[in-house]
Amino acid sequence: MVELDISHKKHNPKFVGDPLEIPKLACGAMADLQTYAAHPQHNEDIGFPPELIDNWKEVAIAKIGELAKKNRAFQVYLDTCVKCGACTDKCHYFLGTGDPKNMPVARQDLLRSVYRRYYTFAGKYFPWLVGARDLTKEVLEEWYTYYHQCSQCRRCSVFCPYGIDTAEISMAAREILNSVGKGQKYCNEIIAKAEKIGNNLGLNPKALRATLEDLEEDLEEETGIPIRLPLDEKGADILLITPSADFFAEPHIEGLLGYAKVFHQAGVSWTISSYASEAANFGMFIGSYENMRELSLRIKKAAKDLGVKRIIFGECGHAWRVAYSFLNTLAGPFDFLDQNYPIPQHIMEFTHDMIQKGDLKFDKSKNDEYRLTFHDSCNVARGSNMGDIPGGQFEFPREVIKACCNYYYDMERDTIKESTLCCGGGGGLLTDELMDLRTKGASPRMTALQQVTEDHGVSHMVAICAICKTQFSKIMPKFGYEMDSILSVHQLVSNAIILDKPKTDNADNDAVKKDSEAEANNE
Amino acid sequence: MLSVIYAIMFYLATLILIVGVTRKIWIYAKTPAPLKIPTMPAPMTKGGVVFRMLREVFLFESLFKSNKWIWIFAYLFHFGMLLVLLRHLRYFTKDVWWWVEIVQPFGIYAGFAMAIGLVGLWARRFLVERIRYISNPSDHLMLALLLGIAASGLAMKFVSHTDIIAVKVYMLGLLTFQIGTLPTHPALLIHLGLVIILMIIFPISKLLHGVGIFFSPTRNQVDDSRKKRHIAPWAKKLEDEG
Repeated sequence: MVELDISHKKHNPKFVGDPLEIPKLACGAMADLQTYAAHPQHNEDIGFPPELIDNWKEVAIAKIGELAKKNRAFQVYLDTCVKCGACTDKCHYFLGTGDPKNMPVARQDLLRSVYRRYYTFAGKYFPWLVGARDLTKEVLEEWYTYYHQCSQCRRCSVFCPYGIDTAEISMAAREILNSVGKGQKYCNEIIAKAEKIGNNLGLNPKALRATLEDLEEDLEEETGIPIRLPLDEKGADILLITPSADFFAEPHIEGLLGYAKVFHQAGVSWTISSYASEAANFGMFIGSYENMRELSLRIKKAAKDLGVKRIIFGECGHAWRVAYSFLNTLAGPFDFLDQNYPIPQHIMEFTHDMIQKGDLKFDKSKNDEYRLTFHDSCNVARGSNMGDIPGGQFEFPREVIKACCNYYYDMERDTIKESTLCCGGGGGLLTDELMDLRTKGASPRMTALQQVTEDHGVSHMVAICAICKTQFSKIMPKFGYEMDSILSVHQLVSNAIILDKPKTDNADNDAVKKDSEAEANNE
Repeated sequence: MLSVIYAIMFYLATLILIVGVTRKIWIYAKTPAPLKIPTMPAPMTKGGVVFRMLREVFLFESLFKSNKWIWIFAYLFHFGMLLVLLRHLRYFTKDVWWWVEIVQPFGIYAGFAMAIGLVGLWARRFLVERIRYISNPSDHLMLALLLGIAASGLAMKFVSHTDIIAVKVYMLGLLTFQIGTLPTHPALLIHLGLVIILMIIFPISKLLHGVGIFFSPTRNQVDDSRKKRHIAPWAKKLEDEG
């Protein structure tokens, strides 16, 4: 067992700051950080004008009106804000940068000021009184800058007395920008790829099959058991929809291997689909119902074509929000699936269920090298649920983690569960040119982590979101952690799960032989 | 003359308030919410949502979680104002209802709570850098208006009394479309004038938050999206087109 030395705390008390410390305003601090513009082709691919159109102003103003008619949240939130200031210190990007335009209300006001100018009595006749302003090129650029500094994490919406959700405003703003030809490279390129090929990476079926076969070999080498990662297998019971990062990135892959082991141990038949090989739905990031719907329909089609009975989602944050909260709306009804299971289900619910039934056994000591904490991913925490009581999204992953490790410690209460801080890379910001923002936005979370490292010797953080995992593996080294200090929940499951050895029948002879050989070698 | 001007203004303000707010409620109600976006964790039943909404409206639950200073000033102001308004019902009913009698002693001092709350909220607009940054002139004027109403009202109670019986007669007259004589007490004229302005701007200002909260999808939706399909009419049309 690895014992981490936390004795330094007594001898060398190091003050770790307050993760929620409010900075002094630094006007314009992030004004120059703009994300790359989309390639005209990608804008067109997903149904938007290739480049900034000539009559952008009229179109943008009309779009505001259209969205206000189509989306109650947008309409109500533009009207109701009283500027009480409750949200001003709630955004991790504000806490990290001090730029006042990263305060939720100020971010909303970038658009609200224009809405007021063209759609309200006060703004039409007394613009100076209510802070209304004309839509100009500068304003458009400001939108592009600051609505791509919002990760749509919804933390502000928890604290607003009217539940105003800046994510809704930011999604709408991006849709307006897209509708005049000002799309963002990162999101639009990915959506175009996912709609054409089936996943965000543009991984074709052949490459996917090869990857999965390699992973199967690794699994068999590790466990001595032929654990499968099936692709496009018709008639399987379960369709697994997982973020494509699970196929190639670390620590995501370790999570995928964990799902495979759980499915194997559960004895269920399952498959991945090459047609819908992506859980993430970037359509949400740009507020595009149509694109979100198109991506969701791929999942439905895959489920029908493969004849599965259930759909299970892998560890992915925004994906789970779209799956849990929107999938039934976007692509439902799913009356062709087995109605005895939640549609869709989260892998955490599946594993949790197995643990509850006593069908999974763990050797917790296999994770003794880690002292762990859990980072609630924003969109899972505030945009979804698990199980059938409110708050299941907090308890399920914690219970699964605790079932397979000995050392678990929560971070400060104000920074977890519904108050969780975003990783800093969500909502379409996980792109290199925004690294400065991502680093600063992650600092409140990193400070909260440093606190539990000081207090409990926490060495590793666990997450259930592909973006969080990628973001932290890049960001953590900047805060004194290793890049592999971020783990998948099912990575811990994978480490600790005790797998039944296959029964000796003809088909499995080889595996058993290999297994006993491996054991012999170990001895 | 003054009595007539105030009467006309009152009728006009009432009309604007009712028509304006009804129109907004109509707009909010008929605008669809295309997706299920309750801020989680959210209640999984309708009853639970009603309970959540009651907590928001009567306890300012989210604000309490967010900022204790804003909460305490907002609470003093809003519930002070509620008691004051209930107390004012006595000027609009011939016989004072029994429960208005009960409210009466609290209502008098609630005026101070209201004023203290307003001063606190206003002070924050100057003293807290973040809130100073987000404040527009209208945000200051709104507080000035409300504080003016509270101060002129308190002045009539504790400094210089107006002929309140005559005021009541005038108000009861307005209810039956008879214009009597309004006392020309300066504090009263200021008080009523500011109230008229407040009524007029209510439907076109941020005061709409009092209505908006009930239509906020993050607070009024049930967490049941996996069990029940939610679809907006325009989205359904999209589906039918294929």
